[in-house]
Amino acid sequence: MIPSAKAAASHSLLAAEHRSPGRSVLARGRSDGKVAILPIERSELGTPKVWLNDVSLSYKTETGARLLALDKIDLKVRAGEFVCIVGPSGCGKSTLLHLIAALQKPTSGSIVVDDEYVSSPGTDRILIFQEHGLFPWLTVGENVEFGMKMKGLSKQERKEKTSYYLRLVHLSQFNDSRPHQLSGGMRQRVALARALATEPDVLLMDEPFAALDAQTRDLLHDELERIWAETGRTIIFVTHNVREAVRLGDRVLLMSFRPGRIKEEFAVDLPRPRHLEEVDVARTARKILDSLRDEINKSLEVEFGNDSHG
Amino acid sequence: MTVMARELPNKVGSPASRPSGGQWSGFGGNADYKGILRKVSRQVIFYGALLGIWAIVAKLRIWPPYLFPPPWGVGEALWAGFQDHSFWIGIAMTMKRMAIGYGLSVILGMVLGLAVASHRFLEETVGGLMVSLQSLPSICWVPLAILWFGLSEKAILFVVLMGSLLSVTIAMEDGRKQLPKIYAMAGRNLGASGFRLFWYVLLPASLPYIVSGLKQGWAFAWRSLIQAEMIFLTLGLGQLLMMGRDLNDMSQVIAVMILIIVLGYLVDALVFRTAERVLQNRWGLTPAA
Repeated sequence: MIPSAKAAASHSLLAAEHRSPGRSVLARGRSDGKVAILPIERSELGTPKVWLNDVSLSYKTETGARLLALDKIDLKVRAGEFVCIVGPSGCGKSTLLHLIAALQKPTSGSIVVDDEYVSSPGTDRILIFQEHGLFPWLTVGENVEFGMKMKGLSKQERKEKTSYYLRLVHLSQFNDSRPHQLSGGMRQRVALARALATEPDVLLMDEPFAALDAQTRDLLHDELERIWAETGRTIIFVTHNVREAVRLGDRVLLMSFRPGRIKEEFAVDLPRPRHLEEVDVARTARKILDSLRDEINKSLEVEFGNDSHG
Repeated sequence: MTVMARELPNKVGSPASRPSGGQWSGFGGNADYKGILRKVSRQVIFYGALLGIWAIVAKLRIWPPYLFPPPWGVGEALWAGFQDHSFWIGIAMTMKRMAIGYGLSVILGMVLGLAVASHRFLEETVGGLMVSLQSLPSICWVPLAILWFGLSEKAILFVVLMGSLLSVTIAMEDGRKQLPKIYAMAGRNLGASGFRLFWYVLLPASLPYIVSGLKQGWAFAWRSLIQAEMIFLTLGLGQLLMMGRDLNDMSQVIAVMILIIVLGYLVDALVFRTAERVLQNRWGLTPAA
């Protein structure tokens, strides 16, 4: 497996290739001469949906030292693309999502979404947190309504959309429940419905399934893939689970540890729907994991200090 | 893809069988009922025994009745106090002062607490002052209040205000600071900013902290007010207490003490604990009973 060059950022896939069985992972540039026929791609050829242009972020630590958290991140995401970002904990992958959501400002560089500079939070980019992102003082339905209420939609419209999106995540009966009455998996589905209800173009997912048990996570992978296919959203999905990244992503980006850089890119060209247990998924994950291991070791050294050296 | 519907909620009962999700707490109601019954019966026995011992000791006449009155003597004093309206007036005056003094401290405390929590400069200066001032018992404000306001209603209110303002302020400040950052992030992300972020996200998110601050503030205000009334000797429960002392009427002293306990307890149980329970059930802070 060859980690692709940045050219992969703008590579396109033939829809037919999704179905061709037994494909191994390929990293291909435009040079293969293939023309995109996916409708979502055709409309967006040329301009990336999300473009991080040399984005850096540094901050002062408690000891007063300056820490470079993100170093010149250059990332282009096509409309409708499912991009996964993996990296060791502390590599700044969550921070990257916060920057795109404009919950934090980069020290230098710029973020462009739909040809416009991002400077403040907007409901076109909705973040889904690992857990506890729902508002406990609101019912499930009110949570889903929240973003629409802030957008100023009428009550009638909000109710309709809430019931639509709750149906989409199969939680219609739970409109009046409180978040704490639901299981972790159900809560994340509510979070997904709440995010989708504002009809964002870009979904930013910050390890959304990390706190769930394996079975629930499997189900949610299927669910997310289905919703992604149905709604055509662009998804940037952060995880530390490489297999999950391969299971879901069109492309997997590997981030290095301190400073956070995009170390390598992998185009995942396996047919969908994929399954975690598939050999191809495992094989691809293995390759990425080999690269990731160095970074994990680096992060462990920092975490455990000198202890890891004996 | 109806697979998802098979995933069960983490409480007993499948979604299909319980269409309205808000009734989980009804579960195991029978066991609760028995538990409450047992608790109440134990309390009845305890207080009965307490009264019994009190009556026996009083009957033994180890101390003269004007120093150690029997329970029925206190009962008579209570009855007489309500009969001649002196207790009613005392309660009304005290509660009126509470309403004004505590009300003021809540409003001021909330504003101060929020201000201190949201400005680093204020936190480092005023915040520190608040914490150090809280070590001052509120009764220590009495001399200052008398010199500033004279023996007046204003002076009493000032003491009450100082008694609870600090704890309300500190609780508000703590609440704002301990508030998980994720709520503000989620709120901003979903398009809330400025006043709407405060009103729809930060304020409801800090309700549990606010309620515990208000509860603590009430307790401080109540103590301060009774103390102040005992010193200022204007109509009120504190004054009735001192009057009992002046008349060597131990029955009245104990009767007023009981009144103070019962009133304080009632407000705490009816207002604050109810609010806390409602919040806890809604938020799932404790497992639903």
